[in-house]
Amino acid sequence: MHDRSIEERLRDFGEVDCGMTAPEAMAEAECCLQCKKPLCVSGCPVNIDIPAFLREVAAGDFKKAAAIIKEQNMLPAICGRVCPQEVQCEGECILGKKAKPIAIGELERFVADEERRLGMVTPQKKPATGRRVAVVGAGPAGLTASAELARMGYHVTLFESLHAAGGVLVYGIPSFRLPKEIVKAEIDAVLSLGVELRLNHLVGRSVTTQELLSYDAIFLGTGAGLPYFMGLPGENLPGVYSANEFLTRVNLMRADRFPVFDTPIKRGSRVVVAGGGNVAMDAARVARRLGGKVTLIYRRREEDLPARIAEVSRAKEEGIEFVMCANPVKILGDQAMTGVECIKMAMCDLDASGRPEPKEVEGSHFTIDADVFIAAIGQGPNPLLIGELPELKRGRRGNVIVDENGRTSMRKVFAGGDVATGAATVILAMGAAKTAARAIDRMLREE
Amino acid sequence: MFRIEKSGPLADKVHELWVNAPHVAHHAQAGQFVIFRIDEKGERIPLTISAVDGDAIRVIFMTVGKTTTHLAALSAGDHIQDIAGPLGKPSDIEKFGTCVLVGGGVGTASLPIIARALKTAGNRVIGIVGARNSDLIILEDEMRGACDEFHLSTDDGSKGFHGFAADLLKQTMAREKVDAVWIIGPTIMMKVTSEVTRPAGIKTFVSLNPVMVDGTGMCGSCRVIVNGETKFACVDGPEFDGHTVDFNTLMQRSRMYQPEEKVSLEKFQEHQCRCGGSHHA
Ligand SMILES: Cc1cc2nc3c(=O)[nH]c(=O)nc-3n(C[C@H](O)[C@H](O)[C@H](O)COP(=O)(O)OP(=O)(O)OC[C@H]3O[C@@H](n4cnc5c(N)ncnc54)[C@H](O)[C@@H]3O)c2cc1C
Ligand SMILES: Cc1cc2nc3c(=O)[nH]c(=O)nc-3n(C[C@H](O)[C@H](O)[C@H](O)COP(=O)(O)OP(=O)(O)OC[C@H]3O[C@@H](n4cnc5c(N)ncnc54)[C@H](O)[C@@H]3O)c2cc1C
Ligand code: SF4
Ligand code: SF4
Ligand code: FES
Repeated sequence: MHDRSIEERLRDFGEVDCGMTAPEAMAEAECCLQCKKPLCVSGCPVNIDIPAFLREVAAGDFKKAAAIIKEQNMLPAICGRVCPQEVQCEGECILGKKAKPIAIGELERFVADEERRLGMVTPQKKPATGRRVAVVGAGPAGLTASAELARMGYHVTLFESLHAAGGVLVYGIPSFRLPKEIVKAEIDAVLSLGVELRLNHLVGRSVTTQELLSYDAIFLGTGAGLPYFMGLPGENLPGVYSANEFLTRVNLMRADRFPVFDTPIKRGSRVVVAGGGNVAMDAARVARRLGGKVTLIYRRREEDLPARIAEVSRAKEEGIEFVMCANPVKILGDQAMTGVECIKMAMCDLDASGRPEPKEVEGSHFTIDADVFIAAIGQGPNPLLIGELPELKRGRRGNVIVDENGRTSMRKVFAGGDVATGAATVILAMGAAKTAARAIDRMLREE
Repeated sequence: MFRIEKSGPLADKVHELWVNAPHVAHHAQAGQFVIFRIDEKGERIPLTISAVDGDAIRVIFMTVGKTTTHLAALSAGDHIQDIAGPLGKPSDIEKFGTCVLVGGGVGTASLPIIARALKTAGNRVIGIVGARNSDLIILEDEMRGACDEFHLSTDDGSKGFHGFAADLLKQTMAREKVDAVWIIGPTIMMKVTSEVTRPAGIKTFVSLNPVMVDGTGMCGSCRVIVNGETKFACVDGPEFDGHTVDFNTLMQRSRMYQPEEKVSLEKFQEHQCRCGGSHHA
């Protein structure tokens, strides 16, 4: 659990957190109480047998530890890095009630990294059932559903509209938090279960809904990729980005290496990022690595920032200026943007979520000179495919409504992940996909 | 990987490619486009699907920068790494009555497929193609074959009517009742020509070409203002009502990466020269 030095990490997109050494990992795993009723497991949405894998780590058998994890989770190197463990497994760990919980996430990451070094473990597969399942979207939800169903003996066709599988893991989360070769190795392991991946296929366009519905079952894992804009005057000026666009240009298209890679990006000498979640932190830290002076502006107080605390403090260490209790009201500029007009916010009565409601302070306008503005204020479910399936019941925010088994209002159509919950987390998407895969299996066996 | 079946020039700086892409060919409809990524390092660029034949699709493009120059240098047997599509909403094809399709420059590439779809739907189709000079006219025979009536204009009078396609549209409107118009070409041409049909309130479609990245509605790079609302051209378009588009914002956003585009093209041309025109790097 060591971070690379600030000067060094600002110079590249290499991973910030260096992970654990084998002796550190063994010593940490040794501290686990091996609880009879392990609370940590109930805090993990995919129910990894945490004490069992920790026992193998303590004993130094990392391959066996990997096999235990892989029974429940095909993407451990990813989850170990990006899960919000403090509110999942580690949040429940009994040791955390009095002192510090076991560093389950770091240990999972350590095991997965060892596994990649030693040779990947392929989990057992059941004999082929002869039934076909279509999975739409190769993000964490779609990948997990595909892996589960392939292991149960189904022929899985996984459709992905982009030229690479991974969803937010490849286009959203930057490589200094999640190196792309690690994502690729874990995706390859999923594909090695016999999943047929069709890239460049936008379902609803490259595949008609009729073709989609000809499969024996369908899982929708299309995510929440629709970027929200703030509706500010000047928002369409050159220099204004959604976080999705800014991050996609760098993470997926490698605009950080332009002109070696062809996709350009406005680097910006002064960058303003609006928002306070993980997406905003990622956008700010990417902009920082592209060389800009970066200001993050959030409408509530610092203690209200929804981003993980560790990422907030890393962002601060990296020199990002935090302006709290302020909101942009206008993008200034004529041919391209030159600044952001902001207004101060006061915290008033509690809102429905129990947080104080931010209200504009009259006459408190101020301007930040900037040539790039990034809106990181949230994303909604991708409307394209679900719009082509009018029978699909949807919630107010455009999310697909599912029951506790991931079943939608349409026969043999299941859904899970961000498309059902709205923007959430990798591990919740994976947990939902596993539940849906089991329900698909039950449905097809009962037919 | 997608194999190039045929490649060649059609006019000065205008090039055609036929590529084997069954998933696109079998689903393509008039007005849709694809996104090409030539190789690992490539940019994703949108191109209109201009024709379909079996498993293959045709794109026609103008060489304006790095990626289109690179594409034009590829030949039959070479491969494109990624082709996503078909993308975008298909053209609004219904029985309008008399339809006029106006093409400007390389925008003409989009028209034959729309002309055929409109004919099949029972419309009378009049084609008008404008170019700066006779060397830049493309698809003349194909358009003549696809339309009931066809007219040409050149800015310098080197072929057909001496003047703009907009003038020919005005003449047609004066001659007969026109029920729907498609205008596809450079943004400035679409802006100006849309004004011709506005007073008469004729339904007018234009096909917008903002800078795109994913083409699936995920980034917002392609946002355009239509009827005062923000729309994503890749999923809500690319065709919109020409009388409600904010063309000025579109033109401004299209210029956003000009300095970078220059760097990219110069680097590629330098590389092409060093390799003696071939660039199988
Ligand atoms: C910048 C950023 C940082 C984040 N950081 C964290 C973090 O640290 N920890 C964490 O747990 N979560 C994080 N999240 C949230 C997390 O990434 C998501 O909750 C998770 O990826 C949801 O998974 P999913 O499979 O539902 O959707 P996605 O990951 O969005 O995947 C959906 C996939 O479906 C594809 N698709 C969509 N429509 C179609 C179609 N019609 N046809 C074919 N393919 C289609 C998309 O291209 C995409 O690949 C972050 C999100 C962002 C944007
Ligand atoms: C839906 C759609 C359909 C299109 N169909 C055709 C077509 O059939 N034939 C054709 O010649 N052109 C078409 N274009 C335009 C074509 O995509 C651009 O000419 C191409 O991207 C230029 O790439 P470049 O690297 O060669 O040039 P660059 O030097 O990168 O750019 C030259 C100009 O092209 C535009 N452009 C650059 N990058 C993109 C991008 N990623 N997406 C969109 N525009 C961009 C910009 O306005 C830029 O100033 C279409 C555009 C759209 C949006
Ligand atoms: S997958 Fe996530 S929640 Fe589950 S044990 Fe690993 S880090 Fe914890
Ligand atoms: S709750 Fe904590 S101590 Fe108990 S088994 Fe889980 S990790 Fe070990
Ligand atoms: S190109 Fe990204 S949303 Fe249209």
